[in-house]
Amino acid sequence: MAAAKAAVLGQQNAEVPGAQREARPLLTGSEIVCRALEDEGVDTVFGYPGGAVIPLYDALPRAGFHHVLVRFEQWAALAAEGYARATGKPGVCLVTSGPGATNLVTGLADAMLDSIPIVAITGQVIQPLIGRDAFQEVDITGITLPVTKHNYMVNRIEDLAPTFKEAFHIATTGRPGPVLIDIPKTLFLQKHVYSYPETVFRRGYQPTSVPNMRQVRLAAEAIAKARKPLIMAGHGIMLSGATELFREFVEKTGIPVVHTLLGLGTFPESHPLGLGLMGMHGHKQVNDALDECDLLLNIGARFDDRATGQVSGFAPNAFVVHVDIDPAEIGKNVRTDVPVVGDAREVLKLLISEVQGGRHDDWMAWIDSRRNRVLDEALEERPEWPEPYSIIKAIAKATGGEAIVTTDVGQHQMWAAQHFGYDFPNRWITSGGLGTMGFGLPSAIGAKIGRPDLEVWAVIGDGGFQMSCNELATAVQENLDINIAVINNGYLGMVRQWQDLFHAKNYSEVKIGAPSFEKLAEAYGIAGMTVRCDAEIEPAIERARTIRGPVLIDFVIEPEANVWPIVPPGAANSGMLHQQRYEG
Amino acid sequence: MKNRHILSVLVEDHPGVLNRVVSLLRRRSFNIDSITVGHSEQPGVSRMTIVVIGRGEEVEQAGKQLYKLMEVLKVTDVTPLNCVAHELALIKVAAKSQTRSEILQIAQIYNARVVDASPSTLLIEATGPEQQVDGLLSMLKAFGIRELVRTGPVAMMRGSSTVGIKESTRPERELAVAGNGASPHAN
Repeated sequence: MAAAKAAVLGQQNAEVPGAQREARPLLTGSEIVCRALEDEGVDTVFGYPGGAVIPLYDALPRAGFHHVLVRFEQWAALAAEGYARATGKPGVCLVTSGPGATNLVTGLADAMLDSIPIVAITGQVIQPLIGRDAFQEVDITGITLPVTKHNYMVNRIEDLAPTFKEAFHIATTGRPGPVLIDIPKTLFLQKHVYSYPETVFRRGYQPTSVPNMRQVRLAAEAIAKARKPLIMAGHGIMLSGATELFREFVEKTGIPVVHTLLGLGTFPESHPLGLGLMGMHGHKQVNDALDECDLLLNIGARFDDRATGQVSGFAPNAFVVHVDIDPAEIGKNVRTDVPVVGDAREVLKLLISEVQGGRHDDWMAWIDSRRNRVLDEALEERPEWPEPYSIIKAIAKATGGEAIVTTDVGQHQMWAAQHFGYDFPNRWITSGGLGTMGFGLPSAIGAKIGRPDLEVWAVIGDGGFQMSCNELATAVQENLDINIAVINNGYLGMVRQWQDLFHAKNYSEVKIGAPSFEKLAEAYGIAGMTVRCDAEIEPAIERARTIRGPVLIDFVIEPEANVWPIVPPGAANSGMLHQQRYEG
Repeated sequence: MKNRHILSVLVEDHPGVLNRVVSLLRRRSFNIDSITVGHSEQPGVSRMTIVVIGRGEEVEQAGKQLYKLMEVLKVTDVTPLNCVAHELALIKVAAKSQTRSEILQIAQIYNARVVDASPSTLLIEATGPEQQVDGLLSMLKAFGIRELVRTGPVAMMRGSSTVGIKESTRPERELAVAGNGASPHAN
């Protein structure tokens, strides 16, 4: 009744002259938001309603996209991230003002550090109350300034549609990132004609995608001269959709590839030139190769401290070529000899035609000789506990390595990074830069909704799972086939490991109790299993794969299992420690 | 070596742009010595003059980070360029009848003007390079400085060259510091 009355009023107060003559309908601000999302091709919005967005939710049932009701706003942002990482399309989340908006902050920071395109919509209090400490008012554009690529508060109804166009453009181009749009409740209720801009132009935003050819030639010359070249493959290769070009480039030059944490999946680890994880928990031969290489070609990675270790000891003999779309990353952490600013895809296209074909057999043999055979043998052991490595390898084996794997942060994340063997892009979804506990389950929900054709495994620690296990209800409500592997050691394992190794085993506040996860699964109406020995791993995984809907497996592992190898904090990668237990 | 650098920053005149610039420099631990903002010759474009203290590569990084803000159109480190960098200071100095004429003489030496007076004070307006204002202040200190406000410098290149941006659809943008060859386009 009230809505109908407002509509009549809106017609009479048409702001655009001749609107009725041209019969262009007036839309409410809420309808404009929905239309803009539809015009951007959005099929899913992760959200949570509240006071300031009630008018927007009023329009949602008529919108052409699916709304997923999460159980906590933070997980809406992370589900949107999971969706974005699995599909390559921007993720969208929608929450109310005040606490709804502040709960997004961690997710935005996560997307910012990992360069994930997210468009976050927050409701704001009505315009006359802004700045008056109104109920559920926070300055969310102020709060999110450092954790968004850009943000907006929309003040006029006519700016609404253009703001969405610009926000999606900024989120998805250049170095992708989260963009937040704050909309006062007043605007949802006003009316305006809908017109979605075709193009965006911002004077101050002109990302460089095609590199300077002179720099590309310098990079090619360095590659031609190198005897022990190494490629550091970063997330940027995936973000630019360049994995096939990258493979062509690697196979032509014969240069081995090491992966950053987020670079896993850019080049197959099963390929003879794919070496896998570098850095703090990188493979021994990988960090040894970094120490030894005479050319390091970084494509699309930002020399994060967990990847480099102590910078002064990082790749000490290498001539450094750094390809990055963000010029601010060049020379920020590591001295660079040849910077190449551009989109990885554009750079690789040019570089492929500039480089000569090559092989590096001696260098590959040297790298192979540095493998930690002892560790490989250790994997064959079958202790009384389910070995964490074996769990990850069993999931990889059962799914043919084709599953999407999401994780939280900590030991289970590192085991999953080391031992799955990622051969495909956009299947490894982890919180790299921010290291957000609770990431695994909501990102699995987003990933499964984005890629229903792929099997999804959320590998989660017992600590992180207790942060976001409320999202089981979302997974049930959406009836998602998600397999959850809780790697349960009863500890906040990575902190315990640091206390073990670097704080004289002073286990301070890391013993963490938990409910029975099997019974928790039952409470949510989903299948739950508990695995307590190695022999039960594969059958449990196989059973989980046959069950429809969410499934939880609680893998109760050795409480004090550590992640090996590890570079101690502050040390160079060459100072990494290896598994003492199995040292000969 | 840490040095003072004067950055001329052209920005779109949008709400909150000063907040974005200052917040960025703060969170990346760049030390702001002074900052001034005002209109430029182009409608809709403001000009900031930011004095930061840091090593050359740190200041280059600050410039690159500034370019990441949507509103930032051009960043120029004018320190190594031949430029005029002047600030304005208002100084309220204690003045008795015995000291008033001496203060006036000192002001004259520094090309400063007396813009207000009271039985116990003189209000002096000084403009010029920061060192000149520093010099004036050190001379006036003995009389008792009751109140002081300084703007920090604004800077402009001498001769016909400008830091302005051309009104083109794709402005060529560069950060005029000795760098490693990377052009600092925003991304």
